[in-house]
Amino acid sequence: MPTIIEAKNLDLWYGQKQALKKINLEIPERQITALIGPSGCGKSTFLRTIDRMNDLVPGVRVEGQMLYAGEDVYSPSVDVTWLRRKIGMVFQKANPFPMSIYDNIAYGPRIHGTRKKSELDEIVEKSLRGAALWDEVKDRLKKSAMGLSGGQQQRLCIARALAVQPDVLLMDESTSALDPGSTMRIEELMRELKKDYTVVIVTHNMQQAARISDRTAFFLLGEMVEVGPTDKIFSTPEDKRTEDYISGRFG
Amino acid sequence: MSNRKYYDSELEALNTALIEMGQAAADAVENALQALCAVDTAAAAEVVKGDTRINHMERDIEHRCMTLLLRQQPVASDLRQVTAALKVITDLERIGDHAADIAEIVPHLGRMNQSSEPALNEAVQMGRNAHQMILNALDAFVRQDEAAAREVIASDDVVDDAFDAIKRMLGQKLAHDPDEVDSVMDLLIVIKYLERIADHSVNLAEWVQFVRTGKYKNEDIF
Repeated sequence: MPTIIEAKNLDLWYGQKQALKKINLEIPERQITALIGPSGCGKSTFLRTIDRMNDLVPGVRVEGQMLYAGEDVYSPSVDVTWLRRKIGMVFQKANPFPMSIYDNIAYGPRIHGTRKKSELDEIVEKSLRGAALWDEVKDRLKKSAMGLSGGQQQRLCIARALAVQPDVLLMDESTSALDPGSTMRIEELMRELKKDYTVVIVTHNMQQAARISDRTAFFLLGEMVEVGPTDKIFSTPEDKRTEDYISGRFG
Repeated sequence: MSNRKYYDSELEALNTALIEMGQAAADAVENALQALCAVDTAAAAEVVKGDTRINHMERDIEHRCMTLLLRQQPVASDLRQVTAALKVITDLERIGDHAADIAEIVPHLGRMNQSSEPALNEAVQMGRNAHQMILNALDAFVRQDEAAAREVIASDDVVDDAFDAIKRMLGQKLAHDPDEVDSVMDLLIVIKYLERIADHSVNLAEWVQFVRTGKYKNEDIF
């Protein structure tokens, strides 16, 4: 698979504290890449660097490159709104807007200029189908999204991300607050999504990383220690720190 | 290491159970050989009876491995240890079976004894080599010593050569004295079991590389 995202010698500081150290990591297109590591290792920071969510943190400084489709996302010519449309993000806690299911999904497309109702109807249905939520909500699209269950709300957020036709979906601990059944539905969904999208997940759940990802990268103390095919990382990791972390010896 | 005291103690207990089972299988072969050597029917009967214990040990280790898989979801070297244990206990159980199989033949050997029958003498020697292979394979497995494992695998040739040589001896004996057909056939079966015991020791040794490196017979499994 060709590389869609590539970090080259990426350093990141929050004020004086260096959170990412010379990260070199290639993320292949239409695969699921899992970022694992103990709390504070830099995996979420790395994820947020891909779509420049860290720009909002005061005192943040980035050196090196983060390439998306060959272009450095930190170059001045990059339009951040465009970048975040191409690279969607789903968070740990589902965050539906306090409006109807329909309007949640239509929100992004409307901002990007889609006004025609027939077009919006089509996007809403397509996105909800893509997030495996359509059948459950098609009869109550005008009802508030706040009435959905936790798992449904998280799928709504995925649908909302899909509505602006991204290339990449970043998911930061997106199932950690869900019950096993809802987690499985989202994991099944990720497998479906990777046919059309590149998925990057951050997870503390080793079994989840082993279950669904194609590649796994292990972060520790701001460094990317090891990356490889998931089967390889979980059966025969090369670095002892990787082995010790995934087998629960620390972290 | 303090993060996983219980888990480590379960893995350690698995290792101990595996060593005990390996030792029990090796002892069964040793006892079968002694019974064979002396054509001692009573000792042979003990070996046959003892096989049940080895079978129970296999069940116990299977249960330990499945519980570890279920509760701990082992990864990396833990996963390799548990899956290799599940594989090698089959070989150890077969070694125990073959010891019992040999012991079952002992009463049929009747008049035969080591001094009058050179083929029996050779078979016992072949058996001692096979027995040593079990011990060496177990030792290599426990210490995860790849070099020692390779030596076990190489030493199988000695047992195989002995098998061929004894088979020829028995062929000549049969040609010379067709009335001895029953004892010749019985001894032929004994040496076939011994040859298989050595093969199972080789199988055991072959998992050492996997536990250490993830490669099995020099090929990556993952």
